[in-house]
Parts: sequence; structure tokens; C-alpha cells
Amino acid sequence: MNASVIVFPGSNCDRDAAVALEAAMGRPPAMVWHGDAELPNSDLIVLPGGFSYGDYLRSGAMAAHSPVMREVIRRARGGTPVLGICNGFQVLTETRLLPGVLMRNSTLRFVCKDVHLRVERNDTRFTRRYDKGDVVTFPIAHKDGSYFADEETLARLEGEGRIAFRYCNLGGELTAEANPNGSRNHIAGIYNETGTVLGLMPHPERLADPALGGTDGAKMFAGLVESLAA
Amino acid sequence: MKARITITLKPGVLDPQGKAIEGALHALGFGSAGNVRQGKYIEVEVAESDPARARAEVERMCEELLANTIIENYAYELEAA
Repeated sequence: MNASVIVFPGSNCDRDAAVALEAAMGRPPAMVWHGDAELPNSDLIVLPGGFSYGDYLRSGAMAAHSPVMREVIRRARGGTPVLGICNGFQVLTETRLLPGVLMRNSTLRFVCKDVHLRVERNDTRFTRRYDKGDVVTFPIAHKDGSYFADEETLARLEGEGRIAFRYCNLGGELTAEANPNGSRNHIAGIYNETGTVLGLMPHPERLADPALGGTDGAKMFAGLVESLAA
Repeated sequence: MKARITITLKPGVLDPQGKAIEGALHALGFGSAGNVRQGKYIEVEVAESDPARARAEVERMCEELLANTIIENYAYELEAA
């Protein structure tokens, strides 16, 4: 299996993503600089977290127009799985591969902590190692993570089962206190129409090794490798 | 020509920064301040002397990059540079 991690100026979770991928794949992914027009053959493309282009204009807005993104968009439309984590999710919304926008947190504060997430589906490549309804712990670290979409788009996402993860409490309940940033419908991550593109604000790669204090995130990478290496 | 572009949040889109600014204005004693909404202002010199062509160019810039039209509106004025 071949995976590529796209590196933008200001990415800071690209190495974490590479370590988690290598642990799951048994070989390192290709690290692809944003200025490259060419992308190696990839069974999976990861857009990592960070602050690409210093979050200038809007988070993810500049990165969405990087040279390599034209090819990423083309591959994503052709069915190649794409995982966008945190800033990667923001980039995916700016490319319109995923609907909606990540807006400034309702608290106006940068939030850095572990949160509980409810797995809404387990029939995708990303979540096959989880059970539907599982409550998992991933860290978040962002200031622009409040998911916003208009009512029509939200209704479509809900109706088509395109919510991947929701912020919840330990018991899986969607309480107001469990929503760290004011996201609509507690949305922490969403899929595209075909379930092949996932964007999420929490960081599975940051709790993917016992040495990091947890392994809930490792199942995402293990599931991806299991389904893509077959 | 020079474009003066203003980008604002669409009505109905929550603006926590605007709310915080409003709170600070109230704290300073400006009780008259209400419904504060913040946005962006961008100037661009467009190497185009024909106003119609300059307008078309600026609108494409706004649609493709400067504004996120899911949540933002844009308006602009053109003047001879």
C-alpha cells in the first residue's frame, strides 16, 4: 500500500501522521511538498494538521489552491481515499470536496484537550475497526473548528448519513458541555457523498500509540490499511 | 484600476468575534453600540483599464479565493489607480 502525506508550509502534524501510517503500513508514506505538481501513486492521501500559510485569509484557503491540490482534488473525485485532519479538514472544505466551513470557535479560544467522539458509522474504510456508537478519545487542538453549514446542507448530511464523528460525553450523549467549539449538530467530522473523503477536526494520529497515552486513533489507520492493502 | 473589496459575514452566520467586540465596546461605556459584525477589507490593484473587464476580474478573485461564499458576502468599489 502507498500513502502520501501532503506537506504545506506551516503543516505541523505531517510527521505525526507519517509515524501513525508507518506503524499501520509497515513502511513510511511519501511526503509530498505542496509546490509539487506531481503526486506519486497513492492508495491514500492525508492532508495533515497545522497552520498552512499561517492561516492567512481563512484557515485552509491558501493551501486549497496549492499546485499539488489540483491533483489531490482530481484523485479524490476519482475515488482515491483522502483523510483531512484538523487543518486538512479546513483545506477540504475550502476545496469544496467537503461542504460547509470551519469557523472561529464559539468560545473564541484555542482549545487543546482530549475529547470524546461518537462513531456514527463503521461501514467506511476509515471506521471499519470501530463499532457504530463507540465512544472514542481523540485530542483536538484548534481555534477554527466550529463546523457551520446552512440548514439545507445539514439536513442533507444527516439524511445521507455523512456525519462521521460527533462530539459527545463519555456516555455518548450530545450534551452542550461536550461540544468544545459550537459546531452545528456536534459535528466533528464528515464524509463526502461516496464516503471516500473524510475530514475531521480531532487528531487520530495523536493517540495512536500507547506511548502517547492512548490508541483509539490507531484503529483508523489500521482499518484503512486493512481495506486498502487487500 | 484599484479595487476596494469589503468582505462581510452573511446575515444569520454567527459572529463570535463581533460579539466580543460589542462586549468590549459596552465595557468602555459605549452603551449605544449594538449588532457589531466584523469583516475584512482588501485592496487590489488590477492591471486592467477597462472597468467592465476589471469588474469581471475582481468578481472572479472574490469567488475563487478572497471570499468564502458559503458564509461571506463581498462588495467592491473600483477607482482609477
